[in-house]
Amino acid sequence: MANIWVVVQTRAEGIHPMALETLVAGQALAAELGGSASAVVLGDGVMDRSGELSSWELSAVHVIEHEALAAYTPGAYIGALSAAIGSEAPDYVLFPHTYQSVEYVPRLAYSVNGAMVPEATAFRVEEGAVIWRRPAYGGKLQADVRASGSPVLVSVQSGAYSASDRREGNAPVAALAVSTEIIADREILGVEEVAGEHVDLSAAERVVSAGRGVGGEDKMGVIHDLAAALGAVVGASRPVIDSGWLPRDCQIGSSGQTVSPELYVAAGISGAIQHLVGMKGSQVVVAINKDRSAPIFGVANYGIVGDLHEVIPALIEAIEEAKAG
Amino acid sequence: MKIAVCIKQVPDTEARLRVRSDGLGVDEEDLPFVINESDGYALEEALMIAEKTGGDVVVFSLGSERVREALRKALALGATRAVHLDDVAFAGGDAMATARALAAAIDGEEFDLVLTGSQSDDAGYGSTGSIVAGHLGWPHAWLVMGVEVEDGESSARVTREMESGVNEVLRLALPAVIEVQAGINQPRYASLKGIMQAKRKEIAGKSASDLGLSENEVGAAGSRLETLAVFFPESGETAEIFEGDPAESARRLVEKLQKEARVL
Repeated sequence: MANIWVVVQTRAEGIHPMALETLVAGQALAAELGGSASAVVLGDGVMDRSGELSSWELSAVHVIEHEALAAYTPGAYIGALSAAIGSEAPDYVLFPHTYQSVEYVPRLAYSVNGAMVPEATAFRVEEGAVIWRRPAYGGKLQADVRASGSPVLVSVQSGAYSASDRREGNAPVAALAVSTEIIADREILGVEEVAGEHVDLSAAERVVSAGRGVGGEDKMGVIHDLAAALGAVVGASRPVIDSGWLPRDCQIGSSGQTVSPELYVAAGISGAIQHLVGMKGSQVVVAINKDRSAPIFGVANYGIVGDLHEVIPALIEAIEEAKAG
Repeated sequence: MKIAVCIKQVPDTEARLRVRSDGLGVDEEDLPFVINESDGYALEEALMIAEKTGGDVVVFSLGSERVREALRKALALGATRAVHLDDVAFAGGDAMATARALAAAIDGEEFDLVLTGSQSDDAGYGSTGSIVAGHLGWPHAWLVMGVEVEDGESSARVTREMESGVNEVLRLALPAVIEVQAGINQPRYASLKGIMQAKRKEIAGKSASDLGLSENEVGAAGSRLETLAVFFPESGETAEIFEGDPAESARRLVEKLQKEARVL
C-alpha cells in the first residue's frame, strides 16, 4: 500500500491553485497504486486554511505549524519536511511545480536520501513501477523516467491535472508534530515590483508575440508591422526580453504577464512551458515557426511552417487584401 | 572573493534534434554544443563580482572530452582556471549524481560563492545547484536576478524572481550557492587577447577516484532516475498546419481566421 503525501503550498490569498491540481494527481496516484493520499500544509497559523481540505478524499490533512514557517525559507521548509518524512516514511511526496518548490525540493530530496522527479506532467503504472512523463529540451521532447528507491519526490507541472476532477470525502485535519529545530536560512528583506510594468497586455484582444526565432533586434520590424496590420499589441517570450529586443514589461509567461486575447499569434516561439503558462487562455492561437516539431504547434489552432521573415510579409499582404475585400 | 561556477555544455537550443536509434537520448552527431544559457549568465555574474571584489573565478564542468571547448571559452571570457570532471564513470548521471561529483570537486577548495545557472536547456531538472548546496551545507537561492556582495563579504543581497512579475529580496550568509536566471546581466564577448590567454590557462582533469568517490556513487550507477524513452510529443495534433509556399499558406490562414475562427 503506497503512502502518498501532497505538500500544499499556501500564499496570502489562500491555497495555491497548483497545489489543488497536485492533490488531484495525488488522488490519482493513490487510486492507481492502491494506497492513500494525504495533504501536508506548512506554516504559522494555517490550521484554519487547512480546514477547506477536509472535504477532499484524503486519509489525513497533516498540519505542521511553527513560527519559523511563517514565511517560506528553504532551510525551515527542508528542516520541517525532512523530519516529517523521516518519521512517517511516505513512499511518494508530490509538490506543485512552482518557483518555490523548484528551489527547495531537490535539496529536500538530497536530505531525505530520496529520488527527485522534476516537472512531471503525467504518470502510468507498469508492473507496479510508476513511470513519470516530463518535458526535456524546453518541451521539444518528452521523456519517460523511472525513479528508484523511496521516498520519491515529484513536482507536478501546472495544467497536468485539473482541480475540478477532485474526489470528495471526509479527511481528518490534525497537527503533525516535528521534533527538530526549524531554522530559516535566509533573511527576507522584502518584495519589489519588476521595473517597467507599464504595458498591460492582460486586456489586449489581439497579441502578436515574438520569440527567439525572430533572430535579432534589427529584425523585429516584421513583428511590429504584423501587429499594426492586426491592431494588436506586441508581446514576447523570455529570450527576446533577455536579449533586450523588447522591454521587460512585454514578457508573456510564468514570470511575466498572463494574456487571454481573442487572437494570439506566436512568431518564432518554440513554446517552452513557461511561455505556454502565460498564453494558455488565448481563444485562437496561430503559430509561425520553421521547426515543424516545435511544441507551440501542440497548442495552436492554426500553424504555418516556414521562415517568419517570409511568412509575415505574405500574411500582412493577405490581411490587407482581406480588409479591402 | 574566490568563486566557483558550474557550467554545462548543452545542444544549441536552435539545433534540430533527432532521437537516437535506441530511443534513450538525442543523437549527438553533428549537433552544435554551447554553454547552457543560464550558466553563461552565471559566469558573467561571477566575473563581475570577482572584478569588483578582487579574486578568482574557477569554472567546473562535467562531461566528455567535448566539454573542454566550453571550459576553454569560459577561460577566454576571464575565468582563472578550469576543472574538468572527466571520467566515463560520470556519464548518464541524474542531478543527484552530477551534484555529488561537482560538490566533491568544489569542496576540495575554499570558495566564498558558487554560481550556477538555474536550469539546463537539455534535461531541465533545475535541481543540480540546490543539491550541490545540500552537499556543501550552504544556503542557496534559485532563479536569482541580482547579486550584491555586502560590505565585509560575509553576506549577499540577492534578488530572486517569483511568479507574476514580482521579485523577492533576501540576504544570504556566505558562502552560498546562487542559481542564476537568464537575463540577469549582459554576458561579454571573448576578446582576441582573452582567447590567446586562455590557451595558457590550466584545465585540470578529475576522475571519480580523484574526488574520493566510488563508481557506484556517480553517473548512471549513482542515479535515482532512469530514462526509459525520449520522444517527440504529438505536436500539432489539433492544429491545422499550412506548409510550403508562404503566400499560399498566408492566404489560406487568413481565410480560416475570417470564416472559421471569425477573429478577423
